[in-house]
Amino acid sequence: MFTRFNQFASPKHFYDLSARLTPWFTWASILLLLAGLYGGLVLAPADYQQGDSFRIIYIHVPSAWMSLFVYVVMAMAGGIGLIWHVKIADIIARSSASLGASFTFLALATGSLWGKPMWGTWWVWDARLTSELILLFLYLGYIALQSAFDDRRVAARAGAVLALVGLVNIPIIHYSVEWWSTLHQGPTITKFDAPSIHMSMLIPLLLMALAFKSYFISVLLIRARSEILEYECNSTWVEELISNRSF
Amino acid sequence: MSPRRKRIILILFVLAGMGIASVLLLTAFEKNLLYFYSPSQVAAGEAPSTRAFRIGGLVMKNSVQRNPDSLEVSFVITDTVNTTKIVYDGILPDLFREGQGIVANGKLVNTGVFQAQEVLAKHDENYMPPEVADALAKAGGTYPLPENHKSK
Repeated sequence: MFTRFNQFASPKHFYDLSARLTPWFTWASILLLLAGLYGGLVLAPADYQQGDSFRIIYIHVPSAWMSLFVYVVMAMAGGIGLIWHVKIADIIARSSASLGASFTFLALATGSLWGKPMWGTWWVWDARLTSELILLFLYLGYIALQSAFDDRRVAARAGAVLALVGLVNIPIIHYSVEWWSTLHQGPTITKFDAPSIHMSMLIPLLLMALAFKSYFISVLLIRARSEILEYECNSTWVEELISNRSF
Repeated sequence: MSPRRKRIILILFVLAGMGIASVLLLTAFEKNLLYFYSPSQVAAGEAPSTRAFRIGGLVMKNSVQRNPDSLEVSFVITDTVNTTKIVYDGILPDLFREGQGIVANGKLVNTGVFQAQEVLAKHDENYMPPEVADALAKAGGTYPLPENHKSK
């Protein structure tokens, strides 16, 4: 079992495996995105209060979910790299950061665009919005830290510590709307209750969430592959790979 | 102890420490994290009387009065126990309507009336097509329907 894991975690094996997996996730994300957008923008009815403006939910909510999910992936990969010195884990953590930052930015920007007509303001300093902004700063801090070190292993270790410390922000973001009175509304979809969104609006939302997730995996794999090549540029298998290529 | 075990324990300690530290911090700042006060808290004198603060509640039915010559508007908000009268001079957000939750930023003036500088609509977590909202309103009327909402 452990040898299998080692084999999976070897950069060369991961490089080959990710090359095979990438097209599947790319196509899945394209198809899910098309289905989700058609369902959300054409098939779903307008909301009883917000009219068509509610449709921004199909970008806002998946990117907000992803901003949390990617952070957990990044922190866990960082932790695995810190404890077991797995090179692939460091690479995954490093490749996730800018994707997570983009999702966080997208969630904040779409929320702001929706907030102006609906709430009457672009921005308020309530617990949900503020903690999500801190998440963006955590991502940006991680990215800055990665490029501050020349030695990749030192950078990965420092980044992992930052990511693990920042992990405490994730439950705060998630529960902020329940713990404090915020301007941001409570969760529409929870694990234990029936969702308070109509089925015809919910299905496209879930499709969009899956599309975002596949997109993340496919771009993560592509980024990880190029990171591996840079990381391993002195190893024999990369040299062979390059010399076998006809340019 | 192997170095790997040491690292695991160290990381767990750091995570636990961060968790405890942030729980303490958030408990200490509980009051500041509260985005708005409710009319009951205002009635109990918990809200600041000299400086600006935010108040939140549901707009009471038939309480909105508009001045036909200006943007001035007054209404009453409630948390179902106590009420506060709010006066405001400005543009109200799209979602403002009777029965809707709002958050107003401003000050209490001498007469016990809240003079708002800004009124924000608080949206709830329910999303549904108008037909469903109609059916729900007919059945029990738990969801407030917009003023200008037309039944199909």
